[in-house]
Amino acid sequence: MGFNIYDFSGMTHNMHLWFMERMSPTATTIVEWTVIGVSYMLFVALFGLFLVYAERKVCAAFQQRLGPMRVGLWGLLQTIADFVKLLMKELIMPKSADKFLYNLAPFIVMIATFLAMAVLPFAKGLQTLDFDIGIFYVTAVSSVGVIGILLAGWSSNNKYSLIGAMRSGAQILSYELSVSLSLVTIIILAGSMQLSVIVESQRDSWFLFKGHIPSLIAFVIFLIAGTAETNRGPFDLAEAESELTAGFHTEYSGIKFAFFFLAEYINMFIVAAMATTVFLGGWMPLHFGSIESFNHVMDFIPPLVWFFMKVCGVIFLIMWFKWTFPRLRVDQILTLEWKYLLPINLVNILLMCLVVLTKFHL
Amino acid sequence: MNALFQYISTVFKGVGTLLTGMKITGKYVFTPWNNVTQQYPENRDTLKMFDRFRGEVIMPHNENNEHLCTGCGICELNCPNGSIEIISKMELTEEGKKKRAIDQHIYHLGMCTFCNLCIKACPTGAIVMGQNFEHAVWDRTKLTKVLNQPGSKIAQGVKE
Repeated sequence: MGFNIYDFSGMTHNMHLWFMERMSPTATTIVEWTVIGVSYMLFVALFGLFLVYAERKVCAAFQQRLGPMRVGLWGLLQTIADFVKLLMKELIMPKSADKFLYNLAPFIVMIATFLAMAVLPFAKGLQTLDFDIGIFYVTAVSSVGVIGILLAGWSSNNKYSLIGAMRSGAQILSYELSVSLSLVTIIILAGSMQLSVIVESQRDSWFLFKGHIPSLIAFVIFLIAGTAETNRGPFDLAEAESELTAGFHTEYSGIKFAFFFLAEYINMFIVAAMATTVFLGGWMPLHFGSIESFNHVMDFIPPLVWFFMKVCGVIFLIMWFKWTFPRLRVDQILTLEWKYLLPINLVNILLMCLVVLTKFHL
Repeated sequence: MNALFQYISTVFKGVGTLLTGMKITGKYVFTPWNNVTQQYPENRDTLKMFDRFRGEVIMPHNENNEHLCTGCGICELNCPNGSIEIISKMELTEEGKKKRAIDQHIYHLGMCTFCNLCIKACPTGAIVMGQNFEHAVWDRTKLTKVLNQPGSKIAQGVKE
């Protein structure tokens, strides 16, 4: 099994052959599914913990504090301790809750998150599913999560939960439109919805630079709408602590609460990863036109590192939004979407069509 | 047409104000040496409280064990929750006149709200706020303190 940090496709192919030599095709499929599933679960757990830690540290930095400092060096073990605490807590269910839906809701949210992660290209050859409708799939699947949120709010039999869930529903349904339209802008530029093709065509320069002003506008709109879709930042009125205690997950405790919490952070990762893949060149290194030596140095950094560097940059930007802006009211959120983002987005698509038609981007 | 220009200017103005906010918080995040958090038990030796911090009421004494308190009892009258008790005594001055002096300035730290009214009211500036804040004790009676040191007397030239 050759291991090449710049191209994983050979490694996965060799692994497949290695399994096929020793097992029947059915067993190979099952083993491969298991390996992929376990690695995704590990990734979600570890990266979720890292994101929670990063959020607390970044939030502290924005408020001129230090954040967790006691558990482990620089508080690095803080989130692990928190997670162990959550695992040991009692699962309390309200007496009048709808038992089945109440237990189902966290899993729907988690499943939607896992489904959306399946198409993300982490590095060359490190992508589970490579559809020709990759972007379409991500937008479709990531909006399934709202069903889980609505079910959680409804089945808890708590008015705060229900209000939170309804707000979340209205918000996600509206902002889904902006996310999709800003992605459509880039699909026009790329001419494909397949994520690997989109990444590959950003070899020379990222779509953020290639598409000039329209793709910059699309990037900003994608960030705003993506933040809204993950119920974060200034758009967190679905779980507004000061008004609704905690919104749809008020009645959840222990590991079920941890599921919602983890799903929220992993959704933030998915938004950042989509922004990276579509606008910032995915795992492609940063290249500047004809500066050969610079491009060569950039090529030395492995694609996996590039991908996570860009993702962490976008995540930092999203956290910057959250810890800077005050929460919007419900009417302000809908005004922002329907009166501002949507018209700007539609005009922006026209602009992008003009850019592509005049071959300005080449 | 006018409405369109207004719409576009609203968008730019909105983005501008958002960027202003992000600039301010960005300044905070990229200047971590300005952080306000104190790592308290670790920096106990170097920790210096700020000047206006109200830790406890103290009565400063000079090197001759003299203080400025005349025993007038104004602090006791001004204390809103009765944390100060003044026990005064009568002393004979050198001219043979009777004069009031402080016997015990009793301060109940456990009842004090650190409102600073006694310090403001003191006509001679005999009591001030100290910087010590580590007041935890095992016994409640230890919170009752006598501020004037034993054997101390009023400094020369303090007028009532």
